[in-house]
Amino acid sequence: MTEITEVPSPFCGIGTDDLTIKVDGVLLKVIENGCAVNTPAFEQPITDMSARVDGKEVSLDVAIARAAAILKDTSLPVIGGCATDVNGMRGLLALADRCGAVVDHINFTGARNNFLALQDSGWMNTTLAEVKNRCDCLLIVGTDLEAFAPRFFEHYLWNKESMFLDDTSHREVIYLGTAPSGDASTSPKGKKARVFECATEDLPEVVAVLRALVKGQLICATAVCGIAVTDLQTIADKLIAAKYGVVIWAAGALAYAQAELTVQMLSEMVKDVNNQDTRCSGLPLGGKEGDQTANQVCGWTTGFPARTRFSSGFPEYDPFLNDTNVLLANGEADALVWVHAFNVNALPPVTTVPTIVVGRSGMTFATEPDVFIPVGTPGIDHVGHAYRMDNVVAIRLKKLRDSGLPSTAQVLNAIEQALQVR
Amino acid sequence: MFIKLTGGTVYDPASGVDGQQQDIYIQDGRIVKKPTEDVKVDKEYDLKGKVVMSGAIDMHTHIGGGKGNIARTLLPEDHRNDPVHRSDITRSGCGHAMPSSFVTGYRYAEMGYTAGFEPAVLPINARQAHMEMADIPILDKGGYVMMGSDDYLLRMLTAKKDQKAINDYVAWTMHAAKAIGVKVVNPGGISAFKFNQRKLDLDEQNAHYGVTPRDILRVLATAVKEIGVTHPLHVHGCNLGVPGNMQTTLDTIQGIGGLPMHLTHIQFHSYGTEGDFKFSSGVAEIAEAINRNKNITIDVGQILFGQTVTASGDSMRQHANHKHGSPNKWVTMDIECDAGCGVVPFKYKDKNFVNALQWAIGLETFLLVDDPWRIFLTTDHPNGAPFTSYPHLIRLLMDRSFRNEVLSTIHPEAQKMTTLASIEREYTLQEIAIMTRAGAAKLIGLKDRGGLSAGNWADITIYTDNNDRQKMFEKPDYVFKDGQLVVVNGKVVSTKWGTTHVVRPDFDPSVEKGLKDYFDRFLTMKLGNFKMSDDEITEDGRGSITVHPLNGDVA
Repeated sequence: MTEITEVPSPFCGIGTDDLTIKVDGVLLKVIENGCAVNTPAFEQPITDMSARVDGKEVSLDVAIARAAAILKDTSLPVIGGCATDVNGMRGLLALADRCGAVVDHINFTGARNNFLALQDSGWMNTTLAEVKNRCDCLLIVGTDLEAFAPRFFEHYLWNKESMFLDDTSHREVIYLGTAPSGDASTSPKGKKARVFECATEDLPEVVAVLRALVKGQLICATAVCGIAVTDLQTIADKLIAAKYGVVIWAAGALAYAQAELTVQMLSEMVKDVNNQDTRCSGLPLGGKEGDQTANQVCGWTTGFPARTRFSSGFPEYDPFLNDTNVLLANGEADALVWVHAFNVNALPPVTTVPTIVVGRSGMTFATEPDVFIPVGTPGIDHVGHAYRMDNVVAIRLKKLRDSGLPSTAQVLNAIEQALQVR
Repeated sequence: MFIKLTGGTVYDPASGVDGQQQDIYIQDGRIVKKPTEDVKVDKEYDLKGKVVMSGAIDMHTHIGGGKGNIARTLLPEDHRNDPVHRSDITRSGCGHAMPSSFVTGYRYAEMGYTAGFEPAVLPINARQAHMEMADIPILDKGGYVMMGSDDYLLRMLTAKKDQKAINDYVAWTMHAAKAIGVKVVNPGGISAFKFNQRKLDLDEQNAHYGVTPRDILRVLATAVKEIGVTHPLHVHGCNLGVPGNMQTTLDTIQGIGGLPMHLTHIQFHSYGTEGDFKFSSGVAEIAEAINRNKNITIDVGQILFGQTVTASGDSMRQHANHKHGSPNKWVTMDIECDAGCGVVPFKYKDKNFVNALQWAIGLETFLLVDDPWRIFLTTDHPNGAPFTSYPHLIRLLMDRSFRNEVLSTIHPEAQKMTTLASIEREYTLQEIAIMTRAGAAKLIGLKDRGGLSAGNWADITIYTDNNDRQKMFEKPDYVFKDGQLVVVNGKVVSTKWGTTHVVRPDFDPSVEKGLKDYFDRFLTMKLGNFKMSDDEITEDGRGSITVHPLNGDVA
């Protein structure tokens, strides 16, 4: 039995790396600094060690040969999920390039709200250490931050010391849209966050008015979607008065049509604040299910984010048409490879096309896929790299145990090799 | 495998060979002496009438790291115009302004380049820089780690820590980030921008730390020299792009007090304020200062006309420059109490007065700096232009009539503001070989690279001589990388993986005491998780690390 300290997590998105984990054979127990997201993700037991073909246990080689045989004669296979580490994504993209597949990350429909805004007008963003040391006013738009990342406040707002703030407990925290589910946003000295609630789908209107106020435009209405304009004026004033304001949103939580326009409105508002003799930055939440990792690796390998097809022999990005669910529903896809090394509950969509699952040991299926290859989890069963939500920092994941499970990269590289020698 | 390259005309400035006919022998990846006894030649290439140089080395090119990937993500429309198909031996991808990693390797190799160095590796983003570069095939690579706006250094300066403490920190950071050089970008200015300063002159204090860019340059240049790093401090100075910044550049040269210093993309720092548009060339004075100060080296950062994207660590200046960007979309980031970045697409136009004069300023710089061992051919890829424009740039340097032809088409007021038409100099093949090979290897401190004498790695490029130098340099007949034939007639015929070049200066391990405390209190990662291990580069079986000697001891 051993204890491993300073364990980084690929699960929570905020890159906590202070976990202490007790390892007993292949059993893990988080004994320090766990949270509602990380603890179950680390402690998830291994159930499957063997690959299966048509529900029967087979050797890894047989499963790989069968996967290659399925992919060999396809015209538009789709690789969905795409939740793995950097090396896993490298293998995934090599396979997709070889077999002309579509690559589509599980969270892309949410992340698309960010990419469309980024690719249309850009943004001014920041990273977690800057928040920890500089942020004196945090505006949280349309998301329950502590549910997303339970330790966010403890780590990055209520840190005892910061380099540039005299007292971190004086930070302003403001919620707009969604109210917090708990008290994590209350400072250690009891200062509570201000909360201005509205329905999520009303955010486009509310945010548009907030930006207008930041720019000093006259608003004749007295209320917007239930929020008093004077309250929005207070938020605008605080952002402009702050030395280093930060605006947080979660692209996936903006679950309404054309939510990219809300991200764009927020990002342009941040730019506007920077034109008023102070600093302000955006901070999109993410980093879960390998989303930033997939988009980064796909970015440098193809030039495009992780909703890109190789069916013409070169990468073609389309944030709408290359959606796994759309391709399956329209009958365009003729095979599905589902890759998810982090989350046993992230199951492939139900489909009648041949399905290969390269998934975390412990997945249970209502319909057994044609091929199931259980793989190790990056940061538990093998070393690797994963990107944090702020996209700049890749964390070095540790190997905690010897499970004997192959990595995603090993499996996908083997399938690619098998296709090469056909 | 024993290979003989027979009868080529060799330009190898590292050995003083200037256009002589020589045979070259390759065995086990290296160039070897002519065998004394009969050794069976497995493969012979008849190179009579061909030009032979070592593989070219790009000493400043943004090929790895977060800002490059932001630039890629920002410009899907640019990629769509240059799709790259996969082949039996190459991966698919995209090209133009910021190509995908695989295409970067192929296209560099197809121009005869065998190494590229990323000049802006943020310590906190070093993993990404190395991971991206690990996906660049064929080329060797390396990085200069970016310091100077990191709060740890600025706190040390405010606390008046001695030079020895700073040396230890710099050396430690080079180990942690796997670097071969140290770069500073807008010294202290990236930090100042986080405190809402929008400009920072050489002698202006950072509002929080009270430290000036001049202080930062001096301690870092001293550190680099004292810890024995061959590559001089690599400096992206203050006031990039600001009319009148030539004075800042002259003051920077003077202020470094004779310490070795490399001024990068100096074109962007050579502007005066003369003329109707209050924008003029400062090259005459800058070139004169460079010619006089032998401690100074430069690369040019030539701009060439067309669409590109600028990706820089200089968040302060990029934020100001976004007003000139096209298309109008841009990104800046403040990063981890470590650095920052800014990404702004640019379309340089020959009919725009400023752009046209920038073009002329770059060329004036090439032509007025005398010593080809102290000037390097760069476009600051992709900032001045994509690296694929190098053959065109070489033609501009080697062919005066072509240069003047292009000059006659640019904005007429810009033509009046440049002395270019009167400059007769044409670069020779030997001078091109110095700038892009021997000089670059010497500047970076690469042992056994950049030359063609026995003992060097067999990175070799062979061209067909052609008076149209653009045609000549864009399509080599053969390129060998570590003795493996990788390009024939300008097309990749096989691929391999290059090595990662680093240096490892000594430091006092007790430096980690202060760092551990700082990381625990203020940063978001444990010190032990911050430092890169060698495994991270080598564990996939493709990457390798080559450690180079200190103090320029590469002979």
